[in-house]
Order: sequence, then C-alpha cells, then structure tokens
Amino acid sequence: MSAGIDLENVCCDFGTFRAVDNANVSIKPGEFFSFLGPSGCGKTTILRMVSGFIEPTQGAIKIGGKDMKGTRPNQRPTALIFQNLALFPLMPIWENISFGLEVRGVDKATRRKKAEDLLKLVDLPGAADKMVSQLSGGQKQRVAIARALAVEPQVMLLDEPLSALDLKLRQHMRAELRAIQKRTGVTFIYITHDQGEALAMSDRVGVMSQGRIQQIAAPRDIYDNPVNGFVASFVGENNIFEGEVGPVADGMAALNGAHGSFRARVLPEAQGKALKLYVRPEHTLLTKVKAAENSVEMEVTEVAFEGAFISVHGQAAGGKRLSAEVKNDGVTVVPAVGEKVFATFDAARALLLPDANVRG
Amino acid sequence: MEDLIRRYGTGLTAVFCLLVAFWILVLVILPNFSMLFESFFPYLPVAELGGPKDVFTLQNYEKILANPIETNWFGIPISIPVHISTFVDTVFFSALVTFMTLILAYPLAYFLAKVASPRSIPTLLLLLFIPMWVSEALRAFAWYIILTFNGPLNALLKGLGIIDQGIRWQNGVFTSYDAIVIVLTYCYVLFMLFPIYTAITSLDTNQIEAAEDLGSPWWRTHWRVVIPHAKPGIASGCVMVFMLSAGSLLVPTVVGSTKANWFPQTIYTWFNDALDWNTGAAYSMIFLLVCIIFVILAMRLFKVKLSDIAK
Repeated sequence: MSAGIDLENVCCDFGTFRAVDNANVSIKPGEFFSFLGPSGCGKTTILRMVSGFIEPTQGAIKIGGKDMKGTRPNQRPTALIFQNLALFPLMPIWENISFGLEVRGVDKATRRKKAEDLLKLVDLPGAADKMVSQLSGGQKQRVAIARALAVEPQVMLLDEPLSALDLKLRQHMRAELRAIQKRTGVTFIYITHDQGEALAMSDRVGVMSQGRIQQIAAPRDIYDNPVNGFVASFVGENNIFEGEVGPVADGMAALNGAHGSFRARVLPEAQGKALKLYVRPEHTLLTKVKAAENSVEMEVTEVAFEGAFISVHGQAAGGKRLSAEVKNDGVTVVPAVGEKVFATFDAARALLLPDANVRG
Repeated sequence: MEDLIRRYGTGLTAVFCLLVAFWILVLVILPNFSMLFESFFPYLPVAELGGPKDVFTLQNYEKILANPIETNWFGIPISIPVHISTFVDTVFFSALVTFMTLILAYPLAYFLAKVASPRSIPTLLLLLFIPMWVSEALRAFAWYIILTFNGPLNALLKGLGIIDQGIRWQNGVFTSYDAIVIVLTYCYVLFMLFPIYTAITSLDTNQIEAAEDLGSPWWRTHWRVVIPHAKPGIASGCVMVFMLSAGSLLVPTVVGSTKANWFPQTIYTWFNDALDWNTGAAYSMIFLLVCIIFVILAMRLFKVKLSDIAK
C-alpha cells in the first residue's frame, strides 16, 4: 500500500531564518519523487517535516489525505532512511530489520522470518546474525532499506542515502533502489544534491533553492524546459548571454547584447521579467562559417576528451567563455586549440530565463 | 612505551614510569599488604610483641561472627551477629543508594546530552558542579539541619499543610537508614551523572530518531537503543557510587540515627576507639573482598566487561 503526500503552503522557520518558504507539492501514491537542491536549500527540512521530526510553522502536510499535524514520527506511516543510515550497532542485523515489528508486538519467530525474507529482497541472504560493523557500506545500505521496508510504510523517505558510497556502488544502488520501489509500489521521497541521481531515478523532481521550490516536473522537462536560470544551471551546464530582450512573438524573442543578436524561446511565465539566454553545450554546434542566426565567433582554448563526447571550451569577444560538446562519432570534426570557430545554436534549443525565484 | 620514549625521551619516560610505580607500589600495594599481614596477628601489648603469643591466627576474622543479636529484616525476626548485620545493611543500603542515584541521574543525563540546547549546557553543568565545591562535611551538616525535627523541611511541609506534626526524619520513616540513604544519594549523584552523560553524548541522535521513526514509543527507544549504548557509563557510575557509599564514614556519622550502623564506622571503632588495628585490618579486608565480589557479580549479571568501565 502506498499513499500520496500533499504539502499545502508549508513554511518552516528556524528563529528568523525561513528554511522552507511556501512549499506546495502533490506527490502521487507510488511515485518516485526527488527533491533536488544544493545543501541548505531546505530539502532535508521538508523530509523531516514529512517524517514528523519538525512541525511546519505554517501550512499543512497530508499523507493519504490525512492531516499529520500533531502526529508524532512513531505514529506516521512513513519510514526514513537516514543519511548515515543510523543502524543500531548493538543489535544483530535481523534485530535491526525487525525492530519496527518488535515495536508492534510481533512474536520472535515471525520477526526472524520476516527479517530473512527482507534480506533476500535486498539481495543480502545469510547476513541475519552478523553485526552492523561486519558489513560493507553497500551492505549496510541494503540493511537500512530492509529495516525501513519491514514496517510496510506507505511512504519511504530517503535522505541522501547513497552519498557515502563510491561511484560504482552508487550507480548500482540507484538501479537497485528504483527496482525495489517498482516492486513494492511504495511512494518514495528522495533527497539529493546530485542532479544525475535525481534525473535518473525519479518520476518527478522538485528543484529547490533557498527554501523555495523552483520547479516541479519530470526529469526530462527539468532539463529541457527549466523555468529559471537556477534550475537550468543546477541540472546541467550552460552558455549564458546577457542583453536587452525585445518583444515576444510566437513564444520567441530576440536578445541584443555585446555578442550580437540572438533569438530564443520564452516560456509564458517568464515574460515581463529580466531575462538571460541559456543554451546547453550539447546544443551548441561548432561551425567553420557564421550561420544565419545565433552564431558567435570564438577561439578554442581547451579540448577535453570525455569518452562519449569531447568538450570544447573557447573564448568569444570580451573574454566570454563558451563551451560546446562534440559527439565522438568519428564523423564530426573536432577543432584544434587556437582555431577560430563559430558557436552556433538552434533558436528552439535556447531559452530566455529569469534568475531564481527568491525572496525579494 | 616506545611511543612515549620517542615523544618525551628516555629520561622523562623513566620519571613517568617510576612515579606510576611509586604510586601503585608504595601508596597502594604496600599499605594493603601491611594491613593484610597485620590482620592475621593478634592485638597485643607492646611488651608481648614478638613473644610467644605473637603468632599467625584467624581470631581477628572470627570476631565478626561474635555477639549475635535479635533483629528483624522486613518483619522477619532473625538472630545474627551484630557486625554481620551492620555489614549486610551497609551493602544493601549502598546498593539502594546506587539505585536511587541511577534513577535520578539517568533522566538528567539524557536531558543534558540530547534534549537541552547546547548553549545552555555550560550553565547547567556549572549549576550542578557548584555544590561540589562545598566540602562533603559541610554538605552532610547542611542535611543534618534540613532533616532535623525543628528544621526547614518539616517547617516547609507543615507550612504547605502536607503534614500536621513534624517527622523525625533522622530516626527514619521507612528504615532507620533513611537519612543516610538520602544524604549519600545527594552526595554521590554526580558520580553517576557524568559517566552516563558522557556515554549518552556519544550516541548518534539519528539512532534515537530512527527508533522513533520505526514506531518505537519513548520507553522502548530507551530500553533498546539508549540504555544499551549507555551501559558502560551506567556500570562505571554504579561501581563508583556503590564503593563510595559503602566506604563512607562521614555521612553516616553525621546524619545516621542511633540505630543505623555503617560498616566503616565499625572499622573506625576498631582502629580508633579499641586501638585494635589488627581486628580493624581484618574487618577492612573482609569488607574490601565482599564489595569487590559484589561488584563483579553485579557486572556479570548485567553483562558488563571491566574494559567497558575503564573507558
């Protein structure tokens, strides 16, 4: 069973500091939802409010449609996986996993059986009688997941649980987590500052900055149609141009700046604000001749081989740094350092965006 | 050792080692051995020392079995040697003091370690420490005044209308050891508090939250997570308070009722009033041995290792 979570105008103040400002999210039952943002953006505060360790200063948190105000963490249908996992070092693994059942008065034999079943589910059979200190990082991770699943929560809350693992294991655990979520159908709320993790695992992502939710959308939309400069920069690289924005027609507008005149898309909600032009390096082509529009001359300063693609960095007039990604497909010609090329992009791929949504 | 030599040089290391050896050998082992030795010889006038009567004997130890008295324990009348009775009372009420300090110190230690805001900790610890700056004798006398028949405690209770007539606290309400238990608890509660406080401070708060998140009520979180973690601290606090209480001479002397005898007082009487150091030494040895056995048994019972306490 899984439940949806609704955050309605949720604010959280610590003294005079507003950690979370007017958060509104509706997370569907069975959804894998990530909060993505830099440290201090308020994402952990949201998680702690949902799990019940912090009461919101304003607004309501509903789990399965039920207002959780005044409900203690031990009464909520949530299970939290802590960043440091917080396994109980003095209990053997099976007691760790079945602690939530022990609390509910389940007898020992049933608890033991359930713990062993869960250990199989997380691919760690035979670890029941080990102590926490005997396990590796990835194994502890699995035990923490099993311990949370044991109480059959309607919502799983995960606070950057993969951050302590090495890259290889992290990628493996990503897939594992996603698979467990699909298998159990439990609603997952995942907190991370790693955009790769959030984009790869989630059904939807909420990007946060300075206590505010900047955008809630599917990973693809977050990346392709960010609503502001903060989101665009947090989930990927950008070439950014500043200038005067002309009138909007058919969702397109012109930007006149030091590097010439460009055309780019404008989302309806961005109209009337101070805008900058954002275009991703992989949407920036390098051409020998100047294109009809959206083309800037630059001198190549660095060529970095990344494997699947080649990163080309250059300098345009006035020291403006630009970069482009060239596919390593054996066909595309990679310019050499010192060469002069034109960085060209499609108007449909470029966006005119305001800065982050912050308190004025 | 090699590390010490590398850091401080051979000279200083030798000084450290010699000082520690002097401490243990001359100030701890030798006096105790001397006591042990003396306890096996009779108390004789100076003229007879080294004479035919000055031979190895167990008579000092046998004295503790002399003089049976009729008394009752919790309503059951029994006949028991008077010094054994004192002895059992001392161990029992020291254990009670240990239990009382534990009951008082654990919640306070938990509060200080996990609940109180870190900014208020120095103030709170200072407030706890200030009474310790006053000598134990003064504190015992202060309690003597508080508990006395026309003292402030009775005045307060009468003023509040809780009692009509003064209570003779020093004679005891429940047992004749009430006053001793109260004052020893007061004197030694901090020896329980600090080891537990230190132990709980080292517990990851996330573990407490994890237990709560898994549905655990507060008491189960304490029983399964906090107390097991704090066990070494609790054990060392218990050993300290028990040994200090059982060995206290001053508090029972100042606040004890005429009916309450504490074993160190008995030992003191042998040494100071009877001037029979040999019997006093024998009593001390018995007391030391039984207290150590009692502590070891308690540690076995609660599955605590000696190395845990040393931490």
